[in-house]
Amino acid sequence: MRRAVGALLRKEAALELRTPQVIPGMALFSIVTYVVFHFGLRRNQVSGDLAAGVLWVTILFAAMLGIARLFVTDREEGGFDAFLLAPVDRTAMFVAKAISMFTYLALVQVVAIPAFVVLLLGPGLSGEELLKLMAVLALADIGIAVVGTLVGALAVQTRARDLITPLLALPLLVPVVIGAARASAPLLTLTGAGTLPGRWLVVLALYDLVFGLLAYAVFDFLLED
Amino acid sequence: MTVDATPAIDLRGVTRRYGDRTALDDVTVALEPGRTLVVFGPNGAGKSTLLRILATLLRMHGGTAKVLGHDLKSEDWKVRGRIGLLGHEPLLYRDLTVRENLRFHARLHDVPLARVEELLDEVGLIARADDQVHTLSRGLVQRAAVCRAVLHDPEVLLLDEPRANLDPNAAAAVEPLIGPESGRTRIITSHDPAGGLAEADLALGLRAGRTALLAPAADVTAAMIGELYR
Amino acid sequence: MVTYGKGLRPLAILTVLVLGGGIALALFYAPMDADQGFRQKIFYIHVPMAIVAMGGFIAGGIAGIMYLRTEDSKWDLRSYTWIHHALILALGALITGSIWAKTSWGHWWVWDEPTLVSFLIVFLLYCTYQPLRFSIEDREKQSRYAAVFAITAGAFVPLNFMAVRMAQSLSHPRVFATSNGGLPLKMQIAFYVMLAGMTLFFITLTKFEMASKNTRAQMGALRRRLGGEDGPARRSAAPALPTATEAGTA
Repeated sequence: MRRAVGALLRKEAALELRTPQVIPGMALFSIVTYVVFHFGLRRNQVSGDLAAGVLWVTILFAAMLGIARLFVTDREEGGFDAFLLAPVDRTAMFVAKAISMFTYLALVQVVAIPAFVVLLLGPGLSGEELLKLMAVLALADIGIAVVGTLVGALAVQTRARDLITPLLALPLLVPVVIGAARASAPLLTLTGAGTLPGRWLVVLALYDLVFGLLAYAVFDFLLED
Repeated sequence: MTVDATPAIDLRGVTRRYGDRTALDDVTVALEPGRTLVVFGPNGAGKSTLLRILATLLRMHGGTAKVLGHDLKSEDWKVRGRIGLLGHEPLLYRDLTVRENLRFHARLHDVPLARVEELLDEVGLIARADDQVHTLSRGLVQRAAVCRAVLHDPEVLLLDEPRANLDPNAAAAVEPLIGPESGRTRIITSHDPAGGLAEADLALGLRAGRTALLAPAADVTAAMIGELYR
Repeated sequence: MVTYGKGLRPLAILTVLVLGGGIALALFYAPMDADQGFRQKIFYIHVPMAIVAMGGFIAGGIAGIMYLRTEDSKWDLRSYTWIHHALILALGALITGSIWAKTSWGHWWVWDEPTLVSFLIVFLLYCTYQPLRFSIEDREKQSRYAAVFAITAGAFVPLNFMAVRMAQSLSHPRVFATSNGGLPLKMQIAFYVMLAGMTLFFITLTKFEMASKNTRAQMGALRRRLGGEDGPARRSAAPALPTATEAGTA
């Protein structure tokens, strides 16, 4: 299992490094979205609930790009067949793809979060607030990665992949947006020094756990022909 | 070869449907280890479907299939890793180099990376090993695909028109790996009656998914194969 | 072969009786609500619809599990039919909820009613069930993928309700006649009869659709067997069924 996941991750990294598409695409999309929010909301700065909303809508929509592309090369270039021919646990594909998706999200946020702070966030972020925000991001990214992997694998076999991906993923990820936006809003307020609402982190963790186990259980069925 | 050896391939009444269309209808055939079965038939006759079922990539809707003594329905995981598939698609990532692709498969199959270099040398791809697959000609891609298919030294080879993209030079280069002297049990699909019969021990003719011909290759003439395409 | 039509007539009669009785009880037997008056009566339609729809979604998910375990197309048909009709009831719950909101608060839509908001999210998710099926050509793959969807979405339903309810209760403490538990006995009786009636309604409808789907599949197979043309093969989002002629005479 570990060997197969390792092999898949190396392949994934080699492909993204050779022709960087997903990560730059998602990062660029995030920044453009901030600009659109600036004009759409007619605000130079946002804070609190509004800031959390802008941030999480942007992250979620950027994630759609990554989810839609997650399995495309494997589907089009025979990667699924090649993987299925190997004597390895099929769940390795799910684990490797979810780790890849999580990594994409984390790397994009390395660019997108500072850009958000500079371009739109009124209050600014202290070091402590940044650490707390990273905890929220990590929990939310796990949820997005797990559900995204499941939806990506479902959608890639359909004829209307681009349509099915967001239509499935967005409603499924509403609880993540609720939890993440509620948890991060106090960190983005003008008064600052907001406390991290623990209950929302619990909601996020619970979501990650439920969908992690669920996706782990049903993913194999999506690989067969 | 002993007479009572378990057949390497043992298909009984294998059936596969796609929706209402029956792609493979009640096909029964057995093949002893080390022998070669050549499958003839027009496009859409079910040749590729048969290979994909044997490769554990496609499930059957009826009948039983045993590969190397293991039932494909209940023990497909015991078969995987002991078969090599060379289909129409090379199953290589176009943006990765030949070497990266083969190393990926070597890791999946738990094969030492030295084997990759060995094979690259054998088929004459060493010089192009660090080129991305999409920059290679079809013939070179096919050589790389041959390496991929035999990387784990499979006992059974499933070859879907293996020489379609190869010039004589290249065909000679891969011959030791996928030819009769490779010692592997082979199932080959072909449109070429003369060439196909020359390397076959057993010939199977399919027509609209049904068995139209099944006989030792020695008893089959090119004209009988031509009849399948009528 | 499963006979889907069996018992459909008595079931339909029972449904009409219970549902009719429930409506009569709700209108004439249950007392008027002290605060809300007559408009509270929609509660007897809205809440049972919502509960049965949610049950249908979850049952669809369980049928999905059964399909993946047994690979029996019967379970795929159940999953498909249950989700299909739960979706219709969910739409009904949304519309009646919206009417209730209009009469109570003067707005067609209120975001601080968590059950309603949850229903909207769940409804939107299940709206993609049919398009997903339709966009997968291979029937077996279609069934398998639909089952994975049904399981995932079925697990999503309770989690989503929890998250949305938490989100609301933080800012808007719920003050609602129905949530403080003290529903008068007469109201309870009317409510439970309506709930039973709605459940029977759902079962009748789904049984009817399964019988119809099955009949159509058998007809098509017979027509093919007679050598007549069945018309051009069309893509479909409905489950494919094994037919007696194909299975029996092969």
